[in-house]
Amino acid sequence: MKTNVRRRFTWLTWTVLGLVALAAGVLAIVFRSDNALAGDGSLLNVSYDPTRELYQDYNSAFAKYWKGKSGQNISVRQSHGGSGKQARSVIDGLEADVVTLALAYDIQEIAERTKLLPDNWQSRLPNNSAPYTSTIVFLVRKGNPRGIKDWPDLIKPGTVVVTPSPKTSGGARWNYLAAWGWALKQNGGNEAAARDYVTKLYKNVPVLDSGARGATITFVKHGIGHVLIAWENEALLAINEMGKDNFEIVAPPQTILAEPPVAILDKNVDKHGTRAAAEEYVRYLYSEEGQDIAAKHYYRPRNAAVFAKHASRFPNVQTFTIDDLFGGWNKAQKTHFADGAIFDQIYQPK
Amino acid sequence: MSATAAQVQRKTLPGFRLTMGFTLLYLVLIVIVPLSGLFGKTKALGLGELVASLSQPRVLAAFKLSLGAAIVAAIIDSVAGLLIAWVLVRYTFFGKRIIEALIDIPLALPTAVAGIALTTAYSENGVIGRHFAAHGIQVAFTQLGVTVALVFVGLPFAVRAVQPVLADIEIELEEAASSLGATRGQIFRRVTFPLVLPAIVSGGAQAFARAVGEYGSVVFISGNMPMKTEIVPLLIVTKLEQYDYAGATALAATMLLLSLGMLILLHRLQGAIQVGGHP
Repeated sequence: MKTNVRRRFTWLTWTVLGLVALAAGVLAIVFRSDNALAGDGSLLNVSYDPTRELYQDYNSAFAKYWKGKSGQNISVRQSHGGSGKQARSVIDGLEADVVTLALAYDIQEIAERTKLLPDNWQSRLPNNSAPYTSTIVFLVRKGNPRGIKDWPDLIKPGTVVVTPSPKTSGGARWNYLAAWGWALKQNGGNEAAARDYVTKLYKNVPVLDSGARGATITFVKHGIGHVLIAWENEALLAINEMGKDNFEIVAPPQTILAEPPVAILDKNVDKHGTRAAAEEYVRYLYSEEGQDIAAKHYYRPRNAAVFAKHASRFPNVQTFTIDDLFGGWNKAQKTHFADGAIFDQIYQPK
Repeated sequence: MSATAAQVQRKTLPGFRLTMGFTLLYLVLIVIVPLSGLFGKTKALGLGELVASLSQPRVLAAFKLSLGAAIVAAIIDSVAGLLIAWVLVRYTFFGKRIIEALIDIPLALPTAVAGIALTTAYSENGVIGRHFAAHGIQVAFTQLGVTVALVFVGLPFAVRAVQPVLADIEIELEEAASSLGATRGQIFRRVTFPLVLPAIVSGGAQAFARAVGEYGSVVFISGNMPMKTEIVPLLIVTKLEQYDYAGATALAATMLLLSLGMLILLHRLQGAIQVGGHP
């Protein structure tokens, strides 16, 4: 009896040891091939959530293009998450070759804190380093029962607005600045009028989700609210995935031009020996093929010809930029979203 | 006498130095170094700034909610955990294994998924929420919703702490009580309950510890309203989103100290009950 137990015990021990060795072997192979790839021609693109499908498409197109141009096989690995969270990973040492984030502010913080790229990074590529743009629109329920057409409709008493918290969501900062900027531009409007408008707007917001996807779920799945303030590409995606029968997009005549920027991280690409490929990777986004892929994924292409080709899916709107009205992201961040700044002052639920 | 016994026992434990060395190394690598890094980053703030940032009304409200809801959730979990463990230990029935597996789901599920599922069920038009809404009670996006999420994540701890202890209680004890004329209520109150009480407290403490730091499942159901339904982990994320590492770690470190204090207190309480509970 006793020997039996012991025998079973040793058998078990050997099995466990064998499994551990196997796991270690697999890990070693995985990590080695990973490193081997890095030498062979591999890029890491650290991006934010809604670009997942866009870059899946773009990466395979780019690999084909790069093979033809340089003869080199390249594989691009993607990483997605909240824009700020992704930037912090890079700051904490995630060795990205390329960053493609939601806000210039996030890339600026990387530049300031790590010196991985120079301070003038945004002027290195055309159009503020933003190859594609988006704008802020309204998603309403089918038939638009409350007749929402423009920004003033959002502050009518009883209108329930859904938008995530600009304190935690980069996308929500665009929403907020779109509202502020619109109000600022009305009949020679001023700061006080803008502040008044935004205060009233957020009085109509009963729930502050922490991210854009959460807000979309609150509006679409939980049936809360009359209108969702959203990025155009998110709204188009939501409509195409969850049914044209249930929702409509309303584009306000005047809104903000959201410019998600891209950049290479100089110190990392030099370390990995991937500079040539990384530079071409961000530049090719401006090519006709790159622009076409962006348009297919509901981002507005910068290239006029490509835009014209897809014009039917993008409503005509007048836009203003962060630089025009807010003096750039750093300033906007400090004035509006830092602790104790304007958003904290105006948003106090009853 | 007992001291020498313990010493002898300690000497006879095979490989003490090796195992102790491993224990210490493991704790240092996995727990102590990363957590002291937390306090290290806080040092960037002066004491004055630290106190100022912690005493903002919004931060205080978040602490109140995080700790308060975690305590309430731990109490609910302890009661529910005892009942569930009781049913699982004392009875056999069809589908028992499925229930056993269901209990552990909150541990296996990514918390964000749990949060979205809970919010869907408890929002005004959700399967459960609509019945509450009919009586004018809003669950999702209120403090009640936060508590529901915390009850959800803490339940497995409460059940699993009590279950083995309940199973170990010798049936003879209860039979003896019964033969001495005790009613079933008396048996439970005087015999069974005192024996499982330390386990209930320990399960409750674990549920509390889990609930205090819970983020993923709560952010969706809480609605994140400043002063009302904002939890401390959300404030930490908010600070990180502004690249305010020092501010974020100050909150995190405070939270760590508070829950450490609570856990030590509960351990003491548990010890006291155990000593007092045994004849």
